[in-house]
Amino acid sequence: MRDVYIVGLGLTPVAEHWRSSLRELGALAICAALDDAGLESADSLYVGNMLSGHVSGQQNLGTLLADEVGLLPIEAVKVEAACGSGGAAVRSAALAVAAGASERSIAVGVEKMTDVAADVIAAGLAMASDQDFEASFGLSFVAMAGLLMQRYLYETQRTRADFAPLVVTAHKNAMTTEHAMFRSGITTEQFLRSPMVASPLGVLDAAPVCDGAAAVIVCSKEALQPHHRPIQIAASAVATDTIALSSRRSLTRIEAAETSAAKAYALARLSAKDMHFFEPHDAFTIMTALTLEACGFAQPGNALDMAAAGAFDLDGALPICTLGGLKGRGHPVGASGTYQIVEACMQLRGDAGKNQVPGAKRALVQSIGGHGAVAVTHILQA
Amino acid sequence: MQTAGYFRLEGPYLRLEGQRCDSCGVLQFPPRVTCRVCHGRQLTNQALARTGSVTSFSDVSNPPAGFSSPLIAALVTLDGGIMLACQLTDVDIDQVQIGMPVEMVTRLIAETGPEGCLVYGYKFRPKFV
Repeated sequence: MRDVYIVGLGLTPVAEHWRSSLRELGALAICAALDDAGLESADSLYVGNMLSGHVSGQQNLGTLLADEVGLLPIEAVKVEAACGSGGAAVRSAALAVAAGASERSIAVGVEKMTDVAADVIAAGLAMASDQDFEASFGLSFVAMAGLLMQRYLYETQRTRADFAPLVVTAHKNAMTTEHAMFRSGITTEQFLRSPMVASPLGVLDAAPVCDGAAAVIVCSKEALQPHHRPIQIAASAVATDTIALSSRRSLTRIEAAETSAAKAYALARLSAKDMHFFEPHDAFTIMTALTLEACGFAQPGNALDMAAAGAFDLDGALPICTLGGLKGRGHPVGASGTYQIVEACMQLRGDAGKNQVPGAKRALVQSIGGHGAVAVTHILQA
Repeated sequence: MQTAGYFRLEGPYLRLEGQRCDSCGVLQFPPRVTCRVCHGRQLTNQALARTGSVTSFSDVSNPPAGFSSPLIAALVTLDGGIMLACQLTDVDIDQVQIGMPVEMVTRLIAETGPEGCLVYGYKFRPKFV
């Protein structure tokens, strides 16, 4: 397999984009990434998206965005891995280049969520879990996260308050991120007072519903140009686990995250200790804790102790959610995985402004679909 | 849920049927085409234990369309080790705790979809010992 580099970054602000459609958001991110790479086109386009059919009545997003941007007759398809679609699209583009099928490839994650009411979005998100044996019984996606969180609290003898540092950190980092949805920060007291949605999980344990798109251009070593500031994809790995939460061997381990991280470390010949920061799939506070433990950054049951000690702050031993994460920047579900990669590249280029992690050269980025049903892990290297 | 889909699910929904693998003897739920452990393809339907205990639970404040409050989501581990996702019924949330013994009852799960199908299936309630 050939080495693959990220040479173009593009994103839209994450917000409730009342005036922009799915196709506009996706196209704007692609144009920004092409401009950043100094390119007019590429050999292939992979679109990460989860909900377009359900929310916008639109599928065939590969062609839709290729047409919108003027890239026809480019090879273009949609990639879907629920909330992990954005990461999966980047992997597809990277594989196309690594295999020699493309010299330059575009990956874009796009999601339009705010055109429909909350119960329609809830039904869409529940499609990430087992429809016949979870969603059909009235168990929403948030309820499944509540079940995981309840079990974690029970097994580790914690309280919900112990999750507060993870949320405060993410929102603090979002305050100085221009494209973030939430720029005002939240306090521990606000977190503790937030109403329950699926006990013990409260509103402020969950990432918000929003719209956005992010894109990267990847290319081969041969296609690098002098003006590029390439970030290497040192590893890309995917692993899966049971679609139904109830079939898991453990409710306090995310085995797909463990497996895909272990694969990624092996491919890059690196370990957790070599990572300078981590972009987790912090859709819910419980997922942040569980994936920190799955990826080797914390011992099982120890993530919240480390959070309390400041380990995951920007000036801590392992910064996470460095530009706000899904929690503070926002979680346009099928786009989030691509936002994470764009943001990690901003850090590795030294372009993260007030949120810059000093001397950051390597990062682990993980995008997850369902509650750990599929995990897409990348290691990026400056 | 659509009528045809509900029809296909009558075994697990109405009789709490899982499968016993003919090759390795492992019990599994939900039903699958292959055995999760040995990948065997000969599987025999088998009704699961109707009693177990609560492994996790959550009070869901905003139930999905077609469902009403209060809705207590739960993961229940059946006697014999199979875990499943379900709703608890006939109980107040402040009485629920992890480890609580429960038993299966058949209840209306939802009245949903353009076909207005009444979906019956399993819920679990406290088991009086």
